Amino acid sequence: MSRTSVLVLAGGLSHERDVSLRSGRRVAEALRSTGLEVTVHDVDNDLLPALSQVRPSIVWPLLHGASGEDGSVRDILELVGQPYVGADPRASRVAWSKPIAKTVVGRAGIATPRFVTLPQSLFRELGATLVLESIAANLGLPLVVKPARGGSALGVTVVHEANALPRAMVDAYAYGETAIIEQAVAGTELAVSVVDLGDGPVVLPAVEVVPREGPYDYDARYVPGRVEYFAPARLAAEVAARVADVALGVHESLGLRHLSRTDLIVSDDGVPQFIDINTAPGMTETSLLPQAAEAAGHELGELYRAIVEGALRS
Amino acid sequence: MTAHQTPASETSSPVPTSAAGTRLDPWIGAYADRTHGMRASEIRALFAVANRPEVVSLAGGMPYLEGLPLDALAETARDVIAQRGTVAMQYGSGQGDQTLREQILEVMRLEGIDAHPDDVVVTTGSQQALDLVTRLFINPGDVVLAEAPSYVGALGVFRAYQADVQHAPLDEHGLVPEALEDALARLAGEGRRVKFLYVVPNFHNPAGVTLSLERRPRILEIARRYGVLVLEDNPYGLLGFEGEPLPALRSLDEDGVIYLGSFSKTFAPGYRVGWAVAPHAVREKLVIASESAILCPSNASQLAISTYLATHDWRGQIKNYRELYRERRDAMVSSLAEHLPDATWTVPDGGFYTWVRLPEGLDAQAMLPRAVTARVAYVPGTAFYADGSGADHMRLSFCFPTPERIREGVRRLAGVIAGERELVEIFGTVPEVEGRVVDSPVPDLA
Repeated sequence: MSRTSVLVLAGGLSHERDVSLRSGRRVAEALRSTGLEVTVHDVDNDLLPALSQVRPSIVWPLLHGASGEDGSVRDILELVGQPYVGADPRASRVAWSKPIAKTVVGRAGIATPRFVTLPQSLFRELGATLVLESIAANLGLPLVVKPARGGSALGVTVVHEANALPRAMVDAYAYGETAIIEQAVAGTELAVSVVDLGDGPVVLPAVEVVPREGPYDYDARYVPGRVEYFAPARLAAEVAARVADVALGVHESLGLRHLSRTDLIVSDDGVPQFIDINTAPGMTETSLLPQAAEAAGHELGELYRAIVEGALRS
Repeated sequence: MTAHQTPASETSSPVPTSAAGTRLDPWIGAYADRTHGMRASEIRALFAVANRPEVVSLAGGMPYLEGLPLDALAETARDVIAQRGTVAMQYGSGQGDQTLREQILEVMRLEGIDAHPDDVVVTTGSQQALDLVTRLFINPGDVVLAEAPSYVGALGVFRAYQADVQHAPLDEHGLVPEALEDALARLAGEGRRVKFLYVVPNFHNPAGVTLSLERRPRILEIARRYGVLVLEDNPYGLLGFEGEPLPALRSLDEDGVIYLGSFSKTFAPGYRVGWAVAPHAVREKLVIASESAILCPSNASQLAISTYLATHDWRGQIKNYRELYRERRDAMVSSLAEHLPDATWTVPDGGFYTWVRLPEGLDAQAMLPRAVTARVAYVPGTAFYADGSGADHMRLSFCFPTPERIREGVRRLAGVIAGERELVEIFGTVPEVEGRVVDSPVPDLA
């Protein structure tokens, strides 16, 4: 039997290129340490030639942001019959859009903060002032403004006063044509990873995120120090069980495969509120899925290898 | 890597527990105060995309090295190692190679500087000289006066030494003497000692302007009157598109000016060789400070550059660069006129950059993600002010992309600006955000 070879896709042209390159390097090193043959490829117009040249057993797309998480690269992989790690194109597209994912997850009975979806064109037609005033009045403050698609907290602003909304909208629209405004939920921030090693999805311990200075923004995510993490999260057993159920529910209701990371806030009344789903979660040295895996006692290389082997069998 | 843990007593989670968390950095409590400003911002992340070939980068300050005789340089480097390897690979003088220091005098003579080889300290790029001078003079809270805008890499150094950077404005003729005088008078009135005035007199980074001949002695006279040392940073002086180079400030005042020069823009940044020329007492301290920082500058780099200067027509090479960059400047300026009639910009007579003022109400930093999506990159004006102002400006560099790419980049930029204008119309003019992250540059942006 020939040796399993993995082509890790990282980089690309999205706003999260830098994070993706770091994730790609980490995963590649971990997989190599288990003896797998690993190539890292930046996504460009050489992708198809690279696939036919390397002929990998499997591709692991570690692309964050557009084209990586919106399903389009996975479409190409499907087209050429290339096995890959992670959600299929349809599920990726649903998960990639925060409003659609929130709607699907909400229909599955999982709580998620109230929100509105706002394409830029809406404001063109209705004007900004009245729409924003109405949103602030109906959803109440504080609010979170974010691009409808995208990760790493890029373009995200927490708004405490209505007069800060226009600026927050402009910053969100800098990352895409559609934004959402969501009720800010006070509570414990958690990231809950799900992995499938071939025997069905398994929930890893929740990681608790406690910003020590300022918001959990891009800088806080990728520079050690500004955030304190607790893995496993400091939760009562019944809350931890509820949180795990919700992460599994999100993974399944969105039809995801192999791995995912659900971001939740457990509100002060103990209810886990769905915030976001990542089909290609960050794998950098400060990322949450690797922390969860280590908290569960997994050696990262072995875990990633098991994900690869599980994906090859599925 | 195993996560290190911090004591639970440091935590303040709403959920009571005895478990300890990790901040992924066991030394988080150990850093010096000056380290706290060092961050990774969204802006830095966006520049990761700018290096992809699909993106027209009008952001970077990289010289166009395809213009160099690389085959001949390869031979030079080979000869240096083959024939003088035991010197090239050895430690050298802390002040720098004697022959190279003599050759540097020849380079500086083109801008009217008359100095002695003993006055020259070779450094690892002029950036290291900037660091050394700041280290010698700045205690936390001391005032550095810089032009508004000022070189992002210098601001990063000043910040690292916790200087209080105050700005004095420049116009199309460089630093405004009256504004300098006002700033110095105000600071003196507040009882604050200005340790030095930092100026980039030629083809300013980012503003593209040059300090006029008429203003040069006036600036020096004002500085002298207030007892303020002048730090003259001149990486671009020989890259003028017309006429002869203007006399360096150092050529007009030997005692009140520290001069910084560099081979990075006129030759190549890869060898990391720059230099400082300083008054005697300062120079002695510079050498000691440099020895404590790096022991000595790279002998291999110095010998390679020295051999290049001795065996190649380096003046001819600089002339080639000037012609290349002039053509690119022309492409930039004509594209701006065609695509961005509502913006204003400086028309540089040399160097790498033009400084664009956006139409009313636009914010270059807020717009950058949209630009990256449209496959064009620039540096937002906020990078060039210590206080994070300058959002209404952007720096466009024309040194690296070809004229065709420059035109395409400006065309893309026009689309981005049009989109941003629509947003501003919808949401009203958005005020500048206070307390913005001001970034240290990634090297190729300097």
